Amino acid sequence: MSIWEYANPTRFMQTSGKLLPLVSVLSFACLIVGLVWGFFFTPDDYRQGSTVKIIYLHVPSALMAINAWMMMLVASLIWLVRRHHVSALAAKAAAPVGLAMTLIALITGAIWGEPMWGTYWAWDPRLTSFLILFLFYLGYMALWAAIENPDTAADLTSILCLVGSVFALLSRYAVNFWNQGLHQGASLSLDKEENVADVFYFPLLVSIAGFVLLFLALVLLRTRSEIRLRRASALISRERLS
Amino acid sequence: MPDLGKYADTVLSAYVISIAILIGLVALSVWQSRQSRARLAQIEARRNAAPPR
Amino acid sequence: MIALLQRDLKLAIRAGGGFGLGLAFFLILVVLVPFGVGPNSDILSRIAPGILWVGALLSCLLSLDRIFQLDYEDGTLDLLATAPLPLEAAATLKALSHWLVTGLPLTLAAPLLGVLLNMPSEATLWLVASLALGTPALSMLGTFGAALTVGLKRGGLLISLLVLPLYMPTLIFGAEAVRRGTEGLPTGTALAFLAAITAGCAALLPFASAAALRMNLR
Repeated sequence: MSIWEYANPTRFMQTSGKLLPLVSVLSFACLIVGLVWGFFFTPDDYRQGSTVKIIYLHVPSALMAINAWMMMLVASLIWLVRRHHVSALAAKAAAPVGLAMTLIALITGAIWGEPMWGTYWAWDPRLTSFLILFLFYLGYMALWAAIENPDTAADLTSILCLVGSVFALLSRYAVNFWNQGLHQGASLSLDKEENVADVFYFPLLVSIAGFVLLFLALVLLRTRSEIRLRRASALISRERLS
Repeated sequence: MPDLGKYADTVLSAYVISIAILIGLVALSVWQSRQSRARLAQIEARRNAAPPR
Repeated sequence: MIALLQRDLKLAIRAGGGFGLGLAFFLILVVLVPFGVGPNSDILSRIAPGILWVGALLSCLLSLDRIFQLDYEDGTLDLLATAPLPLEAAATLKALSHWLVTGLPLTLAAPLLGVLLNMPSEATLWLVASLALGTPALSMLGTFGAALTVGLKRGGLLISLLVLPLYMPTLIFGAEAVRRGTEGLPTGTALAFLAAITAGCAALLPFASAAALRMNLR
């Protein structure tokens, strides 16, 4: 029994079919508990007032935006090295989820920034690198959509994901460097680790768990759709041949 | 409803937009899943109706 | 290898595509900017380095889909793939010839266009240095993007979406080097990073480009 058994689409469909309802329910429960706890039962921050409640959406989605890309990178590597189709399809399935997470992080950040910094958008290193990540997701999905042959598409997007990861990381540090020339970043960046007190910390943890499980559930669901569609097109081409 | 003070608009709009995006994403995924299921079922039914030569 | 390079250069010059077109685009872009932001020379001289860098980026982008497209259509690429010359080397040469017909002329033309934008004279040296160091990376990355989209009918628009995010670090360090140079700050770090990106691209991207080409030709 090894993890590679799940590379078999049938095995994957069986196991993920059992797992999916469980993960969905758990993620729904965590999200509800985390967000309701955060929204209704936490005190206001003495400095930021009630806007601190945005943290329960902003931090988990930002976290998942990066982790979704990491997951795509790992899945792409597995596809390139071991040629497991499920892996390639999982990477494809994760991209829109990651895109949505990046969008949520950007939007909540902008809405939060308006009262706190006096502006919706500043070319702060963190904000800028998230915008760049958003563009990377767009390019990755566009490449998937553009290529007809599914195996070639999986190959090329995997390569793009590898090169893109290097350059996304590079952009992160380049942007840090670039902003120093303009102004001190500290006035605009929130040091979250120090800022968060226990009252905010536990609902935040639950909310993060909810986002992680939601990501997992969505990736499972979407991978299952992709596998079905792949099988359908395989059957159609077999019909044409006979 | 907790008292959100002067930032009520900010907090509420952040929650509404985020939850809307999440629901949209989930709905899209579920819809695609249904579609893929229906498509596969249709093709397999056709295959079973016409036995392979 | 030399023969391939010569052939590419000849084709590029005779077809009149990349060579003239990229430069003309660069010129037009620089002419358009003052119409957009107004003729105030203070503002123009402040944004000149950035405009010139972005202009160079976009002009590079313009000719990218030609790198492999014609060779793919007439079968030359298949020959290259089976030739004794490794595909990695072919990809490097393609990038080199792209740089020679776009990056190099852009670098040489940039000081002249800088005059149009009231760029301070002390910035000129840094602009040329940063463009000379940075544009090879742009060509390497562009070759990679072209290799990814070579089999597609309408890859032109997709290429920009794929390649522009990859251009960002180069742009940041390049424009930052010029800005610091203009303000009299040390530029060593920015230029060193720029050179590091170019060196890293030259070392690693040919493998990625060649892998993408093989996948597309399979």
